[in-house]
Amino acid sequence: MADTAAPTKRIRNPNWVGGALSWVWLFIVILPIYWIVITSIKSQSEYFVTNPFAPPEQPTLDAYRLVIDSGIVRYFVNSVIVTVGAVVPAVLVSFMAAFAIIRSRPNRFVRSSNSLFLMGLAIPLQATIIPVYLIIIRLHLYDTLLALILPSIAFAIPLSVLVLSNFIRDVPNELFESMRLDGCSEWQTLWRLALPLTRPALVTVTIYNALGIWNGFLLPLVLTQSPDLRVLPLALWTFQGQYGINVPAVLAAVLMSVLPILALYVVGRRQLLSGLTAGFSK
Amino acid sequence: MTIASVGTVKPASSGTATNIHGRSLGWLAVPALVFFIAFGVIPLIGVLLLSFTTWDGIGQVIPSGLTSWKATLSNPGLPHAMWVTFQVAVLSWLFQTPMSILLGVFLAGAQKYRAFLAVLYFIPLLLSSAAIAITFKALLDPNFGLGTGLGLPFLSQDWLGEPTLALGVVVFVVSWQYIPFHSLIYQGAVRQIPTSMYEAAQIDGAGRIRQFFSITLPQLKNTIITSSTLMVVGSLTFFDLIYVLTAGGPGDATRVLALDMYKTGFQANLMGQASAIGVILVLVGLGLALLFRRLGGGDKTSSQLEGA
Repeated sequence: MADTAAPTKRIRNPNWVGGALSWVWLFIVILPIYWIVITSIKSQSEYFVTNPFAPPEQPTLDAYRLVIDSGIVRYFVNSVIVTVGAVVPAVLVSFMAAFAIIRSRPNRFVRSSNSLFLMGLAIPLQATIIPVYLIIIRLHLYDTLLALILPSIAFAIPLSVLVLSNFIRDVPNELFESMRLDGCSEWQTLWRLALPLTRPALVTVTIYNALGIWNGFLLPLVLTQSPDLRVLPLALWTFQGQYGINVPAVLAAVLMSVLPILALYVVGRRQLLSGLTAGFSK
Repeated sequence: MTIASVGTVKPASSGTATNIHGRSLGWLAVPALVFFIAFGVIPLIGVLLLSFTTWDGIGQVIPSGLTSWKATLSNPGLPHAMWVTFQVAVLSWLFQTPMSILLGVFLAGAQKYRAFLAVLYFIPLLLSSAAIAITFKALLDPNFGLGTGLGLPFLSQDWLGEPTLALGVVVFVVSWQYIPFHSLIYQGAVRQIPTSMYEAAQIDGAGRIRQFFSITLPQLKNTIITSSTLMVVGSLTFFDLIYVLTAGGPGDATRVLALDMYKTGFQANLMGQASAIGVILVLVGLGLALLFRRLGGGDKTSSQLEGA
């Protein structure tokens, strides 16, 4: 967070191009979202007769009832299990690895693990989905939530290690020294000094990974099969296949799948946005 | 402990890597390494190995030399998928980059209403590709969608049924999803440009447009490279969005490489050939990442602020 004074008042004549463009783009962004909301409270018959952008004359929650009856709560729980189950260990092991990379006596092991993680940043890991599928089958994990969790942890590690090690590097050496003089082991230093001091970076990395895993589609598509194990994005897709003609219901499902994240966005907007650009501002 | 209060102390020596008292903490990296090797490195080697086998996804994996590669490389679908991928990457880059820069510059201003705009702008970042694809699929319905709603007949096209239009829709939806993210990166970068540069330019009588081209754009060079890398390399992995939106259709019009890999592997059950496509994806991704690094002059840390 290198910040120069906010670039206010720099120019007198306003930025017309940027201004016009941003209102146009705002319209383009908001229109579909507005449409999702109003359509989801229309009845199916009203959807076919009213103007798509007109609010419903007789708002109804039928669409939401249908979505809940079709088991969205189950999918929601699955998404929570996978997201929490992957993000917590991913951030934890990444944090330990980052600490090792920065604080350890430089040796070949540490250096090569670091370059291995860095390599992971440059490679589109989705391209390795077929061997991941094979490994999951051989581990007899196919069609379990654990099958989604394990690769998600691995895919999250490279960027997390990068962001966290950048942050730990900025912790002043004197603090580590004084911890050592107080007789703390490195293990204690890890939890009692590095962890609290890197909290902003930990939050950032947690959010970034959680959002990616919550919204993930390819792993669930390939690694699970049972309807009971669907996570939200996959459930949305199958729901659309089943009820495609019932647009209000499909959009109600879309809205419900987004709701928890929207709620988080309202509460922790700043953290969420800095989380999204994790690693690109440094 | 009152460690929180020291959080603002400036890093004294940046040479932290040399400070240690002899002990190796390397073992702390082991858990992360195990996960990453098991589901990152081994699959990476695995995709290469599997490309020299024949496997239907259920039965035995049978080594078969170059059979899968020959089949993949002689399949006319491959150059087509590469061409579609290329088009999506280039067109979405051409659309997203200027938009993101302009929006980022605008959002970097300190006015209150711009902060409010930004809150709304960034909503697409939160949505899953599946949700976005499903929404646009319904919104682009020729009879009950956008065209009817706005009373603009030219918007009532068979958007996803015409090859050219479908490709355009993919590019647009990709941009809709990612422009906020890149604007956010540019917004952050613009805020780091020293105000003094603009003040100096103003004293020299440079107008707004001149300032944009002589200060803002050159100062954003590294950000442009970072953002472009993410856009282009990221576009190789657009799978979910296109899969849900068009499933590669109509025909093969939007069948990008990632989709080609999935369909070859999990629908046609030709895992060997799909792995070969996976290898191509990895190589193209790596190549592009290296190319962009070269463009950036390699050293990311070099200051752009000369003359500030």
